[in-house]
Order: sequence, then structure tokens, then C-alpha cells
Amino acid sequence: MLTSRALVRGLKSGFWRPLSSTSSVQAAHVKVPQYNNRLDTPLSDVPFVRNLNSEQRQLKEKEKGPWTKLTKEEKIALYRLTHELTYPEMRRGSSEWKTVLGGVFIFLGFSGMLVWWQRIFVFGEVPHTLSDEWVEKQTQRMIDMRINPVGGFAYHWDYVKKQWK
Amino acid sequence: MQMAKHFSVKDKEAIRLLFSPLAQRCYSHGGKQETDEEFDARWVNYFNKADIDAWELRKGMNTLIGYDLVPEPKILDAALRACRGLDDLASAIRILEAVKDKSGPHKDIYPYLIQELRPTLDELGISTPEDLGMDKL
Repeated sequence: MLTSRALVRGLKSGFWRPLSSTSSVQAAHVKVPQYNNRLDTPLSDVPFVRNLNSEQRQLKEKEKGPWTKLTKEEKIALYRLTHELTYPEMRRGSSEWKTVLGGVFIFLGFSGMLVWWQRIFVFGEVPHTLSDEWVEKQTQRMIDMRINPVGGFAYHWDYVKKQWK
Repeated sequence: MQMAKHFSVKDKEAIRLLFSPLAQRCYSHGGKQETDEEFDARWVNYFNKADIDAWELRKGMNTLIGYDLVPEPKILDAALRACRGLDDLASAIRILEAVKDKSGPHKDIYPYLIQELRPTLDELGISTPEDLGMDKL
């Protein structure tokens, strides 16, 4: 069944071939210089926007003249052409940790529910030797037998006053 | 990752200066120590090269930011002028952002640098990131 012709044919043509072709893939080719936002590399190999429309090309022409003639908006636009993110934007954290912590608690809670259900519906009664009555009698017997009279159990019982020390 | 390029003889000289720091590390013996002035002078010369090209500017800046120091105003001045020569305002602003980030917790370094660079900034018309509101999110 696993080696049937139909299956092999399907695997060969259907799934893997489009994956390896790059005709429709927009991902960056790693062999040519890429743009990247890095704090330790202020000037990237290539500008962020490579294909300028006519407006942007005009701005680039204006950049060749004195920069005192550029308005603030134009300067910001020039910066954004070359760089995607500013340093504060690169340094900005995210609130992902809240999601992660929340997810952890949800799953812990779910496990707790399972444990609780198990306690109620799966486990039977505890042995009768753990009942209060039995433990009382057991303790009395241990005191009478003088269990661990030096450093342990009976040491803590005051045999004169008949109570715990 | 920097692209390779074909180097002229003059470029090779600049690159050699760039890549041969005179004992940046402290050796217990031997190895001449480069003084701060020599370091600064080397970098000012690098950026002052008349026909510096965009690759050299980027390489120089990225290398300089990689060092464990904030560059002196005179080095930055040379770098900003190199940006002007290459008609690259975005890089000039980026350099200012980078040195501010490089100062880390020492918040008094960046205002000092801007104060020292103010004449150059005004002359070339470079706005600081603060002027453009880009230091806020």
C-alpha cells in the first residue's frame, strides 16, 4: 500500500517540487546581500526599499542638494526608505510573555483539574489504618512501647504529666 | 555579512589601516599598545578619505560600532561628512541613533556628542532623531 504507484506518483509531482522552486516564493535569497535590522550593524548592506517609485526617486534627487532644504517629513521619509525600523523600534519588546505565562497557567490548571477528577472518581477509599480512631490507638501503642525514647517519638511525650512536651 | 568588492591600491591601504588595529587587546608583554589618540586619528583618517565609497562607509561604521567604546565626536564628524559626500542623509541619522544606543546606560554621553557635533549638524543640515521624533515609539 505504501509503495503503490499512485502514492509514489503523487509524492513526486504534487508536494515537493513546488516547494523547491522559487518562482512564487517571496522569501529573501540568502546568497545576495540582505537588509536586516540589527542594533550592532547600523548600516545594512542594502537599503530597505530598493525599488523606488517616481516620488521617491525625486526625493533622492533632492537629497543630493543641501540637506537644510529638506523638510522634517522628507528627512523621515528618506530614513524610512533606507531603514525599516528605528533603534527604539528594534529595542521594543513585546507582550508575548503574558501570552506564554497565561498558556502555562491554563495547562497547569487543566492538569490540576485532571488530578482532582482522578482523586474523586478514580481513587477508592484510603486504608482504614489511616482513620482517626486507628491512629489514636496506634499512637498510644507507640507511646507505651517507648518508640525512639532518645531523639524521636517517645522523647516528646511527658510520661509524668501524660501529655506532649 | 558584507559584499566583496574589488579594491584599488588606495582602498587596500585604507582597509589595511582598518584591519590592523595596533594591539586592541592588552597583552602581557610585547605588542605595542595603540593609544586613544592613535585610534581616533586612524578612524578620522579612514572616514576623511576623499573618495570614500558607500561600502567603506558602511563597513567602517559597522566595525566601529562593534568595538566596546563610543566613538569620539571627531570620528563621528568625519563619518557624517562622509555621509554628506555620499548624499546619504539616512545613514547620518542612523549613525546618531547608533551611538546613542551604544552609550547604553550612560545617558550623559549622547547629549555631549550632540553638543560637540552641533556645528556640523547645523552646517550639513542633519536633524537628530529627537528633532524628527524618531526617538519615541
